[in-house]
Amino acid sequence: MSKFKKKRGKAKPAISTASLPDIIFMLLFFFMVVTVLRDSELKLKVTTPQATELTKLEEKSLVNYLYIGRPLEKYQSEYGTAPRLQLGDKFSTINDIPIFLEQHKIKVPENKRTRITSSLKVDGDVTMGIVQDVKTKLRKSGQLIVNYSAKQKAEE
Amino acid sequence: MAGSRNRQAPEINAGSMADIAFLLLIFFLVTTQIVEDKGIRVALPVWSEEEPDITKLKTRNVFSVLANAQNQLLVRGEIARIDELRERAKEFIANPKKREDLAEAPNKAIISLKNDRGTNYETYLTVYNELKAAYTELWNEESQRMYGKPYSDDLPKNMKKAVRDKFPLVISEAEPTNFGEE
Repeated sequence: MSKFKKKRGKAKPAISTASLPDIIFMLLFFFMVVTVLRDSELKLKVTTPQATELTKLEEKSLVNYLYIGRPLEKYQSEYGTAPRLQLGDKFSTINDIPIFLEQHKIKVPENKRTRITSSLKVDGDVTMGIVQDVKTKLRKSGQLIVNYSAKQKAEE
Repeated sequence: MAGSRNRQAPEINAGSMADIAFLLLIFFLVTTQIVEDKGIRVALPVWSEEEPDITKLKTRNVFSVLANAQNQLLVRGEIARIDELRERAKEFIANPKKREDLAEAPNKAIISLKNDRGTNYETYLTVYNELKAAYTELWNEESQRMYGKPYSDDLPKNMKKAVRDKFPLVISEAEPTNFGEE
């Protein structure tokens, strides 16, 4: 019986915490690498309207963004106040759309190309004229899946 | 020197390193916002030079919505408000009382949307949203009746299709008018 009662050394071995910072740093780097910051700087004022019937855009790599709105104040002296189109990070015209779509398309694997969505981020105060022109150009370019970006409206 | 200290390099306590790293981690977790894009999904029609001719359709099957540059609505020839649009569209599509002037059958109903180049985008989107909401409510009711479950993404694909085929969403958009100021 005395065999089991034999006490070993009382002192607990201290767990080394020296590697803990490394683990945390690894997490930190993971988050820093994974989070994608907004890639293009908005030069327009875009406040999308509110709506209720929303669908989420699933694969980000399959989405290209078209912004429509009035230029921000610091660009107004150069570009005026009329609603403009922004593709990527520069002011564009309707005729730049096909090239823009093509540039996005070549980055997408071929089997996924039919699922490419154009997300229109349009300011609520813009009139339909320019939106219509963009839509027509998208149709002519064969880009038919379109998403009217909107914010979730709080239910009453 | 009298004040000379122990020359041995003192060991730096690394225990607080984890706290510092945690602080950084939490900072990044809080500040990074994962931008989530949501919106109304629309399938545009294939481009063709010819305008779709809705005059060939029976008037009772067409639910025409016009939005002018003053953001006023004209629904089937009479002025209407946006908040009554959803109910009217639902009644038109389902036609529960079998009225003579509403759609013959849900799958024959066509919603024709027309706006002006001067219409506000917000108005346009609200109208579109209401029309889509009318269909979603109908799908929901139908799905509830057929399967006892609301219409959602969790529903199996064939069930969703069965529900949608009963009330096919047809929103036809005509070329906008050009009266208003852009």
